[in-house]
Amino acid sequence: MTAVTTAAPARKVVTAGAPRRPRVSTRRVGKWLLSLLGLVVAVAWAFPVYWMILSAFTPNARLRATTPQFLPTHATLSSFQRLLSGDSGFWTALRMSLSITTLTVVLVLVFAFLGALAISRFKFRGRKSFILAVLFIQMLPAEGLFIAQYKMLSSAGLLNNVLGVSVLYTAAVIPFTIWMLRGFVAGVPAELEEAAMVDGLSRTQAFIRITLPLLAPGLVASGVYAFLQAWNEFTIALVALPGQSAQTLPLWLRGFISASASRGIDWAQVMAASTLIAVPVIIFFLFVQGRMTSGLVSGAVKG
Amino acid sequence: MATTALGAPTRQRRRHPTPYLLLIPAVAALALGLGYPVYWQIVTSFQRFGLAQQFGQPPEFAGLENYARIFSDDAAFAVVLRSIAFCLVNAALTVLIGLAVALLMRAVHGWVKIVVQISMLLAWATPVIAAVTVFRWLFDARTGVVNWLLVQLGFEGFRGHGWLTTPISFFFIASLIIVWMSVPFVALSLFAGLTQVNDELLEAARIDGANGRQILWSIIMPLVRPVLAIVLLLQIIWDLRVFAQIRLLQDAGAPVAETNLLGNFIYELGMARNNFGGAAAVSIFVLLLTIVLSAPYVRSLMKEDAS
Repeated sequence: MTAVTTAAPARKVVTAGAPRRPRVSTRRVGKWLLSLLGLVVAVAWAFPVYWMILSAFTPNARLRATTPQFLPTHATLSSFQRLLSGDSGFWTALRMSLSITTLTVVLVLVFAFLGALAISRFKFRGRKSFILAVLFIQMLPAEGLFIAQYKMLSSAGLLNNVLGVSVLYTAAVIPFTIWMLRGFVAGVPAELEEAAMVDGLSRTQAFIRITLPLLAPGLVASGVYAFLQAWNEFTIALVALPGQSAQTLPLWLRGFISASASRGIDWAQVMAASTLIAVPVIIFFLFVQGRMTSGLVSGAVKG
Repeated sequence: MATTALGAPTRQRRRHPTPYLLLIPAVAALALGLGYPVYWQIVTSFQRFGLAQQFGQPPEFAGLENYARIFSDDAAFAVVLRSIAFCLVNAALTVLIGLAVALLMRAVHGWVKIVVQISMLLAWATPVIAAVTVFRWLFDARTGVVNWLLVQLGFEGFRGHGWLTTPISFFFIASLIIVWMSVPFVALSLFAGLTQVNDELLEAARIDGANGRQILWSIIMPLVRPVLAIVLLLQIIWDLRVFAQIRLLQDAGAPVAETNLLGNFIYELGMARNNFGGAAAVSIFVLLLTIVLSAPYVRSLMKEDAS
């Protein structure tokens, strides 16, 4: 039951025959109509993202106009300039987000990689219970735990602290990354390593020279997954970072909106801020989504 | 692949400390970040933990009092029902629309498929905060493009209409955001499942005179049913714990008490009212609900692993 192996779709059997011709042509019309519907769906799904980026480049005065502009006729960078040069707090939040995501990605990759290695390369007592535990933990909702996590950090003096949040993020992301990496490790046959050992390498050498390079794509995909989770996370950050000076970008954006709400939200600037948070993620995601999706699907489907 | 995973371990027959050593960091992180909080929640859910305890008094044991209150308190019970309804409606909508999009992607021309794929990925990749913010802007009462469009279409009543101030339209917007964000995962997973459906098989069925509906129900659906079951379950689990979207939409001035879901209710109880015992009981209730919902999924995975 592998939904991962995207087998090249078999070529359509082209059977030419007079009696079938009319049906083929109605099917062709049908295909065009469905394609049109497909385009409508695509536009509907992409529109919010388009609207966010377009608004970010539109002067605020035009955004307040009664008739919306659907094309970038008066594009300007002024919203970005005001955001990045003023004391909007963007840079502080960016630094916070970068520190937390970097630490989380490093911890997750090292811990999950070792764990994945253990469960896919070794047979040991408790292996199955561990896999079962990971599966269950994967489903624990953060929303059911944040009070306890808040109490824990506050009694350890780790509120508003990079390390505190990163540990919580690491724990939240690890089950899935072990899952994903397990598939990648299992995909590299142990026989390759064994062959290298026959050629005189030690097990560690064989692992580093043969297996590790083959696992690189899996590690990149898992790292990006951890990055996206930590960069976008809102709930845990809201409780673990109550201070004004230690906010991640999502928290900062929320505060930025409510700060301007009283005098009418400056939507151009808010959209510029959203764009700055979203666009790096979108680009990252588009690059690695193939691997991430197959990891997700194999994690979800294959177990 | 599963056979290699299970086949490889044979080279480590003797009991060996290596796998345990390799697991230590991950287990430690899980124990610290999730294990201890779960333990704390369970213990606290049986305690009376109020304002006095904030000032250092040890909490008293309260038995099942906190749990009893979830079901006897009308407001709390309303939140439970609202969350379950919201979860089921959104999960069903997401999976149905996702399936429709996946089938559509299979039926369209190659370049249209790529366009649909890209726009799905755009929505999937957008961070929650950005997604909620842009939907707030789309549905803004005064300058939002949706109200403008509706007025252009002749619905004068929508001039300056506030979408987020009444619970029903609040949840309509919340569902719109959640469905928009989660359909891509479902559609692309199901599409990956659909690529397994052999074109020659479909062509053969067509030649034998099967119509579109028969092909869908008798050939395609049985083949994608496993993927379908899993994405549905994942959606139910995820939609039960919606927090950020609701919280961020409430910022726009929604009536908080009438729009809270379970996650938000826990937040209100714990962070705002310092009722840690009550918040913990609701949390444990959510955990149990999640486990009950996911048990069949985990069981079927374990069965597969054993075979």
